[in-house]
Amino acid sequence: MSGAAAVLSTARRRLVVDSLGIWAIAIIVGGIFGFTARQGGLSLIEAIAFSSILFAGAAQFAAVGLLVVNTPWPSIVLLVWLLNARHLLYSASVAPYTTKLSLKLRAGLAYLLTDEAFALTTAHIARLGRIDVKGAWYAGLTIFIPWNVSTIAGWLAGAALPDPATIGLDVVFPAAMAGLAIGLVKDRAALVALLVGCSSAVAAALLIDPSAAIMIGGLLGPLAGLALFRRRA
Amino acid sequence: MNNDLLSADLIPLAILGGLGTYAARALPMLVPGIDRLPPAVLEYLRLIGPAVLGAIAAASVFVQGGAFTVGPEAVAVFAGAAAGRWWGNLLVGMALSVLVVLALRAILGA
Repeated sequence: MSGAAAVLSTARRRLVVDSLGIWAIAIIVGGIFGFTARQGGLSLIEAIAFSSILFAGAAQFAAVGLLVVNTPWPSIVLLVWLLNARHLLYSASVAPYTTKLSLKLRAGLAYLLTDEAFALTTAHIARLGRIDVKGAWYAGLTIFIPWNVSTIAGWLAGAALPDPATIGLDVVFPAAMAGLAIGLVKDRAALVALLVGCSSAVAAALLIDPSAAIMIGGLLGPLAGLALFRRRA
Repeated sequence: MNNDLLSADLIPLAILGGLGTYAARALPMLVPGIDRLPPAVLEYLRLIGPAVLGAIAAASVFVQGGAFTVGPEAVAVFAGAAAGRWWGNLLVGMALSVLVVLALRAILGA
C-alpha cells in the first residue's frame, strides 16, 4: 500500500470510529422526533417528509412545536430558515475543497450538510488536507439514514410508548437544544447571543406569545452578540 | 396523538422549510463568491445557532402555563447541558437530564 493510500485508509477508519456516537444520537433523537411528530399531530408520511426533505433536527422539532400552538406557516418557515442559516457557514467552509467536483456532486453533498456531517467532514478534510468524496458521502449518510429510519420507528412505536413525562423523556429535547447551544459557544459574542436569546425568548413567551419566543430570541440574541463583535472590531 | 399514516397536508411546509435549508447548505458550494459575505453578516449568521437553540430550551423549561417557572425541568436541562459540555458528549447530558428530572420529581412529588 502506498503512503497516500495508507493515509486515506487510516483517515477513513478514524471517520468511521468518530461517526459511531453520531449514529447513536441520530437513532435516539430521530426516534424521539418521530414520537414527537406523532404527538404533535403529524401523520407518518408528514413525519417522513420532515426528516427526509427538511432534514434538520432542531428545526424539525421547532416546527412541530410551533404547529402545536397554531403558528402561521410563514412564521414557521421563516424560523426554519433562520435556524438553518448557520449552514451557510458550514457550506462556505467546505466550499474551497469542493471547487473541482462536478456541480451534481456538490449539490448532492450539500443536501446532507447537517451540523454532524459538517463536524465529521471537516475533521476528515483536516486529516487529509483535501476532500474525500466517499468520506463526505459517508459523513452525510451517517445522519440521514439512521435519522430517517428511527423517525419511522419512533412514529410507529408512539402508541406503545408511555407519556414522555412519566419516564422523564420530556426534558430530552430541551436538554439537547441547550447542550447544542452551549456547544456552539466558542467566544463572548456567542455567549452574549445565547444569554440574550434565552432571556428575550422567555420574556416574549410571557409578555407576547409562546409562539413568538423562539423567533424573538433568535433575532435579538445575534444582534446583541453582533454589537459586541462590532465594538471589538 | 395522530394515528393517520397518509395525511399529506404538511408536506408543503416541509418542502418550503427544506428549500431555505438547502439554499443555506448549497449556495456557497454552488455559487462562486457568495462565501465572501461581509464579516458582520457572517458573524450574525454564526450567532443564530446558540441564540435560537438557547431560546428553544429556555422557553420550553422556564415558561409553563403562561407563567415563569423554575422547576425540576429547568434544573435537569441545565445540569444535562453542563454535563454534556463537560464530558463533550451530548448523549451523556441528555441521559443525565432524564435522571435528574425523575429524581427531582420523585423527591418533590411533582
